[in-house]
Amino acid sequence: MIRFDSVTHAYSKTARPALVDVDVEIAKGEFVFLVGPSGSGKSTFLRLVFKEETPSKGSVFVAGRDVGRLSSWKVPALRRQIGVVFQDFRLLPNKTVLQNVAFALEVIGKPRSTVKKVVPEVLELVGLSGKENRMPDELSGGEQQRVAIARAFVNRPAILLADEPTGNLDPTTSVGIMRLLDRINRTGTTIVMATHDDDVVDQMRKRVVELDGGRVVRDQSRGVYGYTR
Amino acid sequence: MRARVIAADVGIGLRRNMTMTLAVVITTWVALGFFAAGLLFSHQVDTMKGEWYDKIEVSIYLCTAEPSASTGCAGGETTEAQREDLRAQLERMPEVERVYYESKAQAYSNFKDMFEGQPIAENVSTDAIPDSFRVKLVDPTQYDVIASRFQGEPGVDSVEDSRELLDKFFAIVSRLQIGAYIVAGVTLLAAMLLISNTIRVMAFSRRRETGIMRLVGASRFYIQLPFLIEGALAGLVGAGLTVGSIVAFQQFIIVDQAVPQLPAIPFIGWSDVWAVVPWVLGLGLVLASLASLFTLRRYLRV
Repeated sequence: MIRFDSVTHAYSKTARPALVDVDVEIAKGEFVFLVGPSGSGKSTFLRLVFKEETPSKGSVFVAGRDVGRLSSWKVPALRRQIGVVFQDFRLLPNKTVLQNVAFALEVIGKPRSTVKKVVPEVLELVGLSGKENRMPDELSGGEQQRVAIARAFVNRPAILLADEPTGNLDPTTSVGIMRLLDRINRTGTTIVMATHDDDVVDQMRKRVVELDGGRVVRDQSRGVYGYTR
Repeated sequence: MRARVIAADVGIGLRRNMTMTLAVVITTWVALGFFAAGLLFSHQVDTMKGEWYDKIEVSIYLCTAEPSASTGCAGGETTEAQREDLRAQLERMPEVERVYYESKAQAYSNFKDMFEGQPIAENVSTDAIPDSFRVKLVDPTQYDVIASRFQGEPGVDSVEDSRELLDKFFAIVSRLQIGAYIVAGVTLLAAMLLISNTIRVMAFSRRRETGIMRLVGASRFYIQLPFLIEGALAGLVGAGLTVGSIVAFQQFIIVDQAVPQLPAIPFIGWSDVWAVVPWVLGLGLVLASLASLFTLRRYLRV
């Protein structure tokens, strides 16, 4: 589903590259944790997948396509196959829960009937039924992240990228979010999650790719966060 | 759905930046106003040229009893023999289409008509006004042939071409026209910069929305369209105000005032005004869209 082929990426010519010669292959339906200290290249890895960045060297393949060579007008089509969730939720504060999720469908031109049908379904999936008309600032952090996940997943993408989705949440709430991601993963969605959260990684026992200084230092199926904490 | 969502976006964008939008509208209005003035000037010049070049004639003024600096008048007032000799010469020339003689009495009455009610009309005697030959040429540009032949001839005080006067007048008008275009260009530049700045501010204030749009895979066109419409709309409203202004100018200044008060001067008509309107609207739309597009390229990543 996602393949990094000796990818090196630097944000500028002079800076130390954020990723160095990364080779990773992620199969369809996998759940992968990206771990490593801050600045190790986890976010860069994710940004390369949805073409927020184009690799300086090497190729990134998503669903068989070389993302780096994708012409700019095809990028929206790529992004419709990928949902992205962030640590800071990125909800629109002036829209209700329902409107926030519906927005993602409206702006890609889905008909109103589809929006009306699909949005309540996904809100139920993330456990927010009954809170459709709340504003984001009336929700807890965990609930806000559920809205963000609903928005990322409402178009049923094949891939869900999560950049520290539990970074702002307490451990109990994090567990809820991880259960939700696990449920989404079981629908066949490939999930790549960058995280610092050792508890979460240790509990889930999924594949772990550890980055350090932009290099892959460990790739372990059913792994734990790390030997050094 | 799409149209409704975009329309709502545009409305929100314009309301959030009301003062900026107003600034855009006003500068566009002023800028296009100067542009329209330039165009109307050229229509006015064409109208006048068409009307007046047909009537162009060379005037050969004869000597009066009053002293004159001209060598032709050394012998005092033009005699009847001199006059008839001049007439005969003129009529023999192939360049001349028609000659007629304006006597002192005719010239005097024309003069009195022109300055009726003013003190100068009372103080000028018949003797001070020269009689003249009015010569219509086959080709009005052949003025020099007449001037070189008759300047200084006995009995000729001076040779004047009304075209010379007209050309001086048109030179002034065309300078005014160039001035109007320069002012139009500078203000249009200001309008474009303002539009560009407005859209930058709008893009910044909506970066959260556009960020999410990008993330979920909205097309570039869809993301940029509200901004483009906002820019174009502001430009069009400015252009609309300009059209309103020139229509008002034509009605209240030209039709109501100038035409009845200055019957001797031909003025532009409504057809000239309507010919200018599409240019004003088109330029407003094109410039606003260009400014928007250019800005979006730079400030709105997709």
